[in-house]
Amino acid sequence: MSDTPVEQMSFEQAMKELEAVVGQLERGDVALDQSIALYERGAALKKRCEDELKRAEEKVAAITLDAEGAPTGTKPVEGL
Amino acid sequence: MSDLLDDPTPGQNLPEFSVSEISGEIKRTLEGAFGRVRVKGEVGRVFRARSGHLYFDIKDDRNVLACTTWKGQVAALSVVPEEGMEVVVTGRLTAFGGQSKYNLNVDEVAVAGQGALMALLEQRKKQLAAEGLFAPERKKPLPYLPGIVGVVTSPSGAVIRDILHRLRDRFPRKVLIWPVAVQGANCAPEVARAIAGFNRLTPGGALPRPDLIIVARGGGSVEDLWGFNEEIVARAAAASDIPLISAVGHETDTTLIDYVADMRAPTPTAAAELAVPVRLELMAWADGMGARLSRAATLGITQRRQRLGDLGRALPRGEALLDSPRQRLDWLADRLPQALTHGVQRRRVQLSETAGGLRPSALRALLARRRDRLAAARLSLMPLSREIARGRDRIATLSQRLDAAQGTRLDRLRRQLEATDRLRETLSYKATLERGYAVVRAGDQLITGATAARTAAALEIEFHDGRVRALPEGGSEPDAPAAPRKAGRPKTPPPEQGSLF
Repeated sequence: MSDTPVEQMSFEQAMKELEAVVGQLERGDVALDQSIALYERGAALKKRCEDELKRAEEKVAAITLDAEGAPTGTKPVEGL
Repeated sequence: MSDLLDDPTPGQNLPEFSVSEISGEIKRTLEGAFGRVRVKGEVGRVFRARSGHLYFDIKDDRNVLACTTWKGQVAALSVVPEEGMEVVVTGRLTAFGGQSKYNLNVDEVAVAGQGALMALLEQRKKQLAAEGLFAPERKKPLPYLPGIVGVVTSPSGAVIRDILHRLRDRFPRKVLIWPVAVQGANCAPEVARAIAGFNRLTPGGALPRPDLIIVARGGGSVEDLWGFNEEIVARAAAASDIPLISAVGHETDTTLIDYVADMRAPTPTAAAELAVPVRLELMAWADGMGARLSRAATLGITQRRQRLGDLGRALPRGEALLDSPRQRLDWLADRLPQALTHGVQRRRVQLSETAGGLRPSALRALLARRRDRLAAARLSLMPLSREIARGRDRIATLSQRLDAAQGTRLDRLRRQLEATDRLRETLSYKATLERGYAVVRAGDQLITGATAARTAAALEIEFHDGRVRALPEGGSEPDAPAAPRKAGRPKTPPPEQGSLF
């Protein structure tokens, strides 16, 4: 189990951790109090993953460049 | 008016050609100046006339050269030119006066272009590979779910549309497009600058830094894709800290950037698939995980509850636990007094058995045995007296030997003494006395001269056969005390000699 707080985990980290937690619970070889803590952690991890999945948004922007080719800003791109 | 007519004027000596004359002159000049030439270019329009002659153009980006191959020459060509083909043609430059045109009479066609470019590409590939830029350990893993995807491509065209469509299908993300030219001279510097530029952005800034870069371009000829074979592009991709997917051309077109990219996608659409996972699948996965999580937790508790029930049933009554020990206690308490009596009795029997063997006769027998042994070992005087007798014999022997040794020694000494005495006699002054000499003494003192004799009170003369007392003339009374005795002999005349006078 990693020490990173669930809120700061990347999606991939949270996924792996959630799989590990579920696997551990399913093997059923953890003590009762520990299994409750595991369940709570699993629920938090699942929420973390779902939040990330809900946050899917599409925003397409093109970078605007000055005469030297250095980026100056973005402009939204529509209709592609 | 006069200007309308070409009147020869004096001083004007430019030669005047007829059209045919100048056409012939041009044709001769062209053929003479160039002769047989090789020209490289792309085949343009191709036209085969009903007569069997072949007309085609070869061109580059600015000019076109008309080519002709006569019917009889066509069969000898190794390659028949087709539109779009890169070729090197060989032939004679000539002019066709009928149309005021010049053209090349081609008698040989060879495919060109790619060979030279490919050799150049191979050389660059070798160099970069030697620098380790293609090493598998340099490849960075792609992020599982990038927050922002940076795309380096042309902002218009099918490529960006394909990428955006596929991203939308799978997992809509923020996309930053860095517009670049994807062919031509500007392509390579712009792509290189775009990759470096994305890397320079700060995460979460006004222009947020992407987590993943896709460099994409649609299919095209080797020349079209050539910008992606340039070294600056490959080096920029290798230097990128952001993981980079290359998707240039079709699957069969491999450009230099594909070797240095962290991942190569065969098409722009495939690049989008490599970039993000499928959102719906992940949601289903998360749901499944949630279900497994609650099931596992519930099952864990259910199983424990059941086990608890089972164990509870198997637990015996508290009183029943005591039954058996209590019974044992009773049984043992019963046996306790008996055990004591038995113990005493057993010991008593043991005592009487032991005491039975203890009798005076046994002691006596032992005593008799000891006495016998003592008698057998009686002390005897015999050896002692034998020892004494032996000692006495040895003493006798030794004393005999001692006597003998002593006698021998005494004899030897006596003989030595006699010899020495004889020697003394021969050396003594007494022998001299026998020859008529005499020794004069005064008292104890030896007188060796007349002066001393005159002063002496009394003299004693020793001859060989005795001593005579005498008085010197003019001497004083006899028996005057003698001179001090210190140098004299401690010899006094024996008193019995005085009786001779």
